[in-house]
Amino acid sequence: MFLIHCPYCGELRDEQEYRCAGEAFIQRPGLDCTDEQWGDYVFNRTNPKGKVIEQWAHSAGCRKLFVVERNNVTNEIYAVRTFESYKEQA
Amino acid sequence: MKRLYKQAHERIDRSQIIHFHWQGAHYTGYAGDTLASALLANDVKLIGRSFKYGRQRGIMAAGVEEPNALVVLEPNSGYHLPNARATEVEIYPEMVAQPASGIPSINEDVRAWLKPLHRFMAAGFYYKTFMSPASWWPKYEEQLRKLAGFAPAPSQPDAETYDHYHRQTDVAVVGGGAAGLAAALAAANAGSTVLLLDERPQLGGELVVDAARDPEAAAWLARTRAALEAHAKVQILVRTTAYALHDFNLLLALERRQDHLPLGSRNPKLTRQRLHRIRAHKVILATGSHERPLMFANNDLPGVMLASAVSRYQYEYSVLCGSKPLVVGNNDSIYDVARDLVKAGTRPTVVDCRIGYDASDLTKLGVLVKQGYTVVKAEGRDSVERALIAKTAYSDTHGWVVGESPETVSCDLIACSGGFSPLVHLDCHTGSKPWFSTEHQAFMPACDKPHRYVAGSVNGQSNWQGAAAEGEYVGLLAAGQAANPVAAPKLLMVADFICPELGRDKIFLDMQNDVKASDLELAIRENYRSIEHIKRYTALGFGTDQGKTGNVNGIAVAAKIMQLPIAEVGTTTFRPMYTPVTMGVLAGSEVGLHSDPQRFTPMQASHMAQGAEFEVVGQWMRPWYFPQGSENLHQAVARECLAVRNSLGMMDASTLGKIDIQGPDAREFLARVYTNNWAKLAPGKCRYGLMCDENGMIIDDGVTACLSDTHFLMTTTTGGAARIYTHLETWLQTEWPDLEVYLTSVTDHWSTTGVVGPKARRLMEKLCKDVDFSAANFPFMDWREGTVCGIPARIMRISFSGELSYEINVQANYGRFLWDSVLEAGKAFNITPYGTETMHVLRAEKGYVIVGQDTDGSITPYDANMAWAVSLNKSYPFLGQRALTRSDTARAGRKQLVGLLTDEPDKVLNEGCQLVAETGSKAMIGHVTSSYFSPVLGRSIALAVVKGGLDLLGTKIYAKPLSYEVIPVTIVDSVFYDQAKEKSDGEI
Amino acid sequence: MKYSWLEVFKAGFSGQKQWPAAWPEVSPKAAYDVVIVGGGGHGLATAYYLARDFPGTRVAVLEKGWIGGGNTGRNTTIVRSNYLWDEATNLYEHSMKLWEGLSKDLNFNVMFSQRGVYNLGHTLQDMRDIERRVNANMLNGVDAEVVSVAELKERIPILETGKQVRYPVMGASCQPRAGVARHDAVAWGFARAAAKHGVDIIQNCEVQALDIEAGRMKGLQTSRGYFKAERVGCVTAGHSSILAAMAGIRLPVTSHPLQAFVSEPMKPVLHTVVMSNAVHGYVSQSDKGDLVIGAGLDPYSGYSQRGSPHVIDHCASAMIELFPIFSRVRLNRQWGGIVDVCPDACPIISPIPQVKGLYFNCGWGTGGFKATPGSGHVFAHTIGQDQPHPLAAPFHINRFVTGALIDEHGAAAVAH
Repeated sequence: MFLIHCPYCGELRDEQEYRCAGEAFIQRPGLDCTDEQWGDYVFNRTNPKGKVIEQWAHSAGCRKLFVVERNNVTNEIYAVRTFESYKEQA
Repeated sequence: MKRLYKQAHERIDRSQIIHFHWQGAHYTGYAGDTLASALLANDVKLIGRSFKYGRQRGIMAAGVEEPNALVVLEPNSGYHLPNARATEVEIYPEMVAQPASGIPSINEDVRAWLKPLHRFMAAGFYYKTFMSPASWWPKYEEQLRKLAGFAPAPSQPDAETYDHYHRQTDVAVVGGGAAGLAAALAAANAGSTVLLLDERPQLGGELVVDAARDPEAAAWLARTRAALEAHAKVQILVRTTAYALHDFNLLLALERRQDHLPLGSRNPKLTRQRLHRIRAHKVILATGSHERPLMFANNDLPGVMLASAVSRYQYEYSVLCGSKPLVVGNNDSIYDVARDLVKAGTRPTVVDCRIGYDASDLTKLGVLVKQGYTVVKAEGRDSVERALIAKTAYSDTHGWVVGESPETVSCDLIACSGGFSPLVHLDCHTGSKPWFSTEHQAFMPACDKPHRYVAGSVNGQSNWQGAAAEGEYVGLLAAGQAANPVAAPKLLMVADFICPELGRDKIFLDMQNDVKASDLELAIRENYRSIEHIKRYTALGFGTDQGKTGNVNGIAVAAKIMQLPIAEVGTTTFRPMYTPVTMGVLAGSEVGLHSDPQRFTPMQASHMAQGAEFEVVGQWMRPWYFPQGSENLHQAVARECLAVRNSLGMMDASTLGKIDIQGPDAREFLARVYTNNWAKLAPGKCRYGLMCDENGMIIDDGVTACLSDTHFLMTTTTGGAARIYTHLETWLQTEWPDLEVYLTSVTDHWSTTGVVGPKARRLMEKLCKDVDFSAANFPFMDWREGTVCGIPARIMRISFSGELSYEINVQANYGRFLWDSVLEAGKAFNITPYGTETMHVLRAEKGYVIVGQDTDGSITPYDANMAWAVSLNKSYPFLGQRALTRSDTARAGRKQLVGLLTDEPDKVLNEGCQLVAETGSKAMIGHVTSSYFSPVLGRSIALAVVKGGLDLLGTKIYAKPLSYEVIPVTIVDSVFYDQAKEKSDGEI
Repeated sequence: MKYSWLEVFKAGFSGQKQWPAAWPEVSPKAAYDVVIVGGGGHGLATAYYLARDFPGTRVAVLEKGWIGGGNTGRNTTIVRSNYLWDEATNLYEHSMKLWEGLSKDLNFNVMFSQRGVYNLGHTLQDMRDIERRVNANMLNGVDAEVVSVAELKERIPILETGKQVRYPVMGASCQPRAGVARHDAVAWGFARAAAKHGVDIIQNCEVQALDIEAGRMKGLQTSRGYFKAERVGCVTAGHSSILAAMAGIRLPVTSHPLQAFVSEPMKPVLHTVVMSNAVHGYVSQSDKGDLVIGAGLDPYSGYSQRGSPHVIDHCASAMIELFPIFSRVRLNRQWGGIVDVCPDACPIISPIPQVKGLYFNCGWGTGGFKATPGSGHVFAHTIGQDQPHPLAAPFHINRFVTGALIDEHGAAAVAH
């Protein structure tokens, strides 16, 4: 149970307003990839214990997706950032 | 036991005599009494029977930690409450209470008769027996289940209601004792908003006992309580138990709003209980501690009570728990209890396992003080009649050793204290582990999470002054103010755990589950050494009291047996709930029809007026069929189907998901999310689209209209609307942020009336004058803007039945008006409203699939025989395209969608029926996904998925329904009606 | 010592002194033929069947905490085999058959109570799926029946079968042989039986690294030292991805909290198991009298053994919808486990193609407990013979490459 600060709405809101959309920054391979690469992309997940980098959507709010860095053991939230901010960083 | 003369500080109101019923007999108490105090005052000693051995049990505690006194309130009514603790129940006039245990009654319990067998019923004996023959286990189990449980379950639906209340506060203070009161006042005075919670009916906690002993405490309590009650920043919730603390300081609390009121005077407009969901910036845990009983043989005998409880009953309720009391313990607190008992006019015996406490004030009064002794056994037939006490000796290497040859002390009450266990529960709910303090001989809260504070006896404070000082300190800290730390707490001087040798006598740890010290010894002997294994093997702490009095003693005994430090043995995990929580209050008002939102289209009232039967589709209520007179489903559907095929029908299609898609890249976006091509779809045209996930399986379908080159309106399945909208948004925002596309869900913005049948054009021409409906100028899969019945509308000529069909989309608020107008105008054509069942038959006659019924997450577009809807040469491969060429996905012989015709035309297959290749076979080659009697064809039809089915057209296979009656069927093309598509233009 | 009435009787006179350790504390050996990582039900069962069916194999079970402390000790103990697809049904039915003789086989009463399981249908589509599943079950030799509302009311009188609820019950499927078992006993029974066959059960032993050389398993580094082992089977539900990461691979699983709760014990009123996908909950009443209730998965992934309270609230609402008389019943305790969920709601029982000698058994989602003996049995044979047991073959990890998924979402207990 946690609170997330929506970077678009600018408010700290209850987890129930959000939807977790899974691991962030998964690379989508092209049509010429192998079956193994496709399977890896569609199904395999890092699923780490501890710090995770996920995409979340503010589904009962602005409906924007953004990146949440959190600890999936302690439920601590390290950072909430927009995709743009990662792009700028890169 | 007796009621004392009126005392200044008592909490009962002697002017209000309360009549109540216990075990069918009539008793009286006073307003302010708990059921426990009232029963004690009436000298009722036997309150319950234990779970395993059926032993007699009395009241042991004065609060929620009570393990024995389980009762049923208001049995067999809508107010039936199983397993309430007599100590937490406030009596009200005409309350009906019964013991929650006793087979058949607490006076005579069969389990007690079986006493000679108890020696065979050690912990876990059932794992070693009842095994053979295996067929006997159900019989054994049936008998065991008769012994199960305490109170009977309710037999009536709940007569009362519940709700949830969301709160925010700067500081939440849990516990209204000295520490909590001081903390709340300090934080509020420092400017914070404060919410103060206490489970009891009035503030004060254990401080009420101090207040009775010490005028200074009484003055402080009165002053602080008054200040809090008057404080604008403070809200106080009594009768409110904080039962769980979650991350980010989400505190859940249960408020009992009416449980203390007589049934007749409860306000039906108010809820019985309320769940407070409290978001607090800071949480102060001033939860206090529970006293532990002392371990000795027969320590479960009625008349053995917690020492602190004896004082509470004396001061709060003016109930004297024994006229010949014995007070025993391992810490200084027992002397205060002894002084209380002296004040009440008794002459207690004091037994202290330690030596050295200065009790001269008591001895001067003639009190017998036996230091260096402990109780080794309680004796008495139905309740305590005497105690056996023996000498104690302590050494660092062996701990306590209890001497032989005990002396007998006559008594009718054993008030015992084995030290105090801080209520660390809430602190542990978020994963913190308590630590063992040898100084306190207790597990202490770690309090290692941010924005959290502990104060008072939960943190080891042993007197009210220390608790108040610490409360004030953390109150200031929580309010963000600097404060000087309080001095280290004055220690209570608790001795090490003392437990006499484990002989044949039963020393109870967990009273409710009859877990004895010897059970722990057995578990450890069998290598159940982890405290979790010990708990699970012996059931220690599994009761409704969650081991509040028994667990720590159990841990100490286990440590002693394993010769490990207590800290190394550790505790089991503390999890919510702190005390039991009503299931109804968790649900709150989300019960019955409110358990999930119901969605209706704007035409709902019309449908109801037409007498429609409804089908649940996701959250929607959709008309299923419109029976006339005494028609059943099949009769109504047959009539509706023929009406559409031969003349005119109408249906409410408003529930289909609608997504407005705009932007320069909207067309490209559609090409990526749908399997088919969108490049050439011109404004004014519509197209059917098929959607796959990245696994290549069909997830949705629907028609999308091109409104302009940069504006499209997508429809989705009814059940898929929210999911697909989310799916599209996710792709757009994460994978394709470079596409300039804007999505808006407009499902609720439009309502859709479908006018379907050969005469549809005739009616449309009557209703709408500004659109040319001729087949040539308004062809199939086109849409037009026009004015229908005076309302601006988008009219789409699309069809899910094969008939000429117009779907009229109007702004939702006009939906009902339009529907009613169409119905009225359609009378000339005998227009027939139809529901989802008829829609299903019509579409099945045409072989149109329903995603989720004919597909199940394992069907590709090819499997669905829809290769025509797959375009493999788009510049950007569509979602799922790559998956279609994987070895298994591309292999021959996958299950494919086909039609089935039964040899007997009247035989309608069951949907879900499995298919086999030969009559005797059990190897399934597919199953029926849709099956109906087709009125227009006069026979049954079915859709099915069959392994390699598309290559097997004309082949005879067999349906094997549940009845095992083998039904021969022939695989056919999935289009059953109007293969030549001659009907799509309707009557010209 | 064989557990029996006679021994219990004798113990009554000896003051329970004669019982030996159910499984002995052992000093670990330096090398094993097979190391099973994870001392839950599945791991212990694997070890038991390995030791029993492949005599001479030196087997150890490494458990980071106490045996049975993961999902084995945290589930709602439902056992059934009425799955949809042949592959899954065959696997779970294999397990069911083992359950039916398990107490005797292990000489430990796991209290397998075949009191029937009802899966309720609330929509027309639910009823189609029920028909499909029951029909498939019957053809696969699994007992199953479709039960009408009227019959349901007769068999489960306290069930709300009226129309004045949000999702009226339209019928159910029933598997009469299905039921519940005593979860802890399953771990202890397998541990005791495995130890009897020479398996070393090593508790408080956390695997820190997998030693892999040139694509072959060599051994494991643990908190209790290094163990040589050329075959390692990982059965660490919830934490499978962590072990996989030690081998440098990723699995098609994500970990989620799954919550459950129990009520105070009451006189039994519910003598069967009732599950409902539509309203997200399942319930049975234990032989102790408490209602054991399972909720849906928490929606986000994670490893904290505590879920969100609103999931519990929602489940309580579902229970009252089904059983209005439970409204005033009080819940005593809630807890959470961590389950690893596969995209097709079916497990992975498989050698790992990238590492010779490494095997995984994971991805059971919400439904692992029921499979305990069957999973252990086929996994033991997969490891023992270094090739998938025929019943395990469809659950090879390679299906996520070929696309041969077995989509059991409909038959899994809760919607994933």
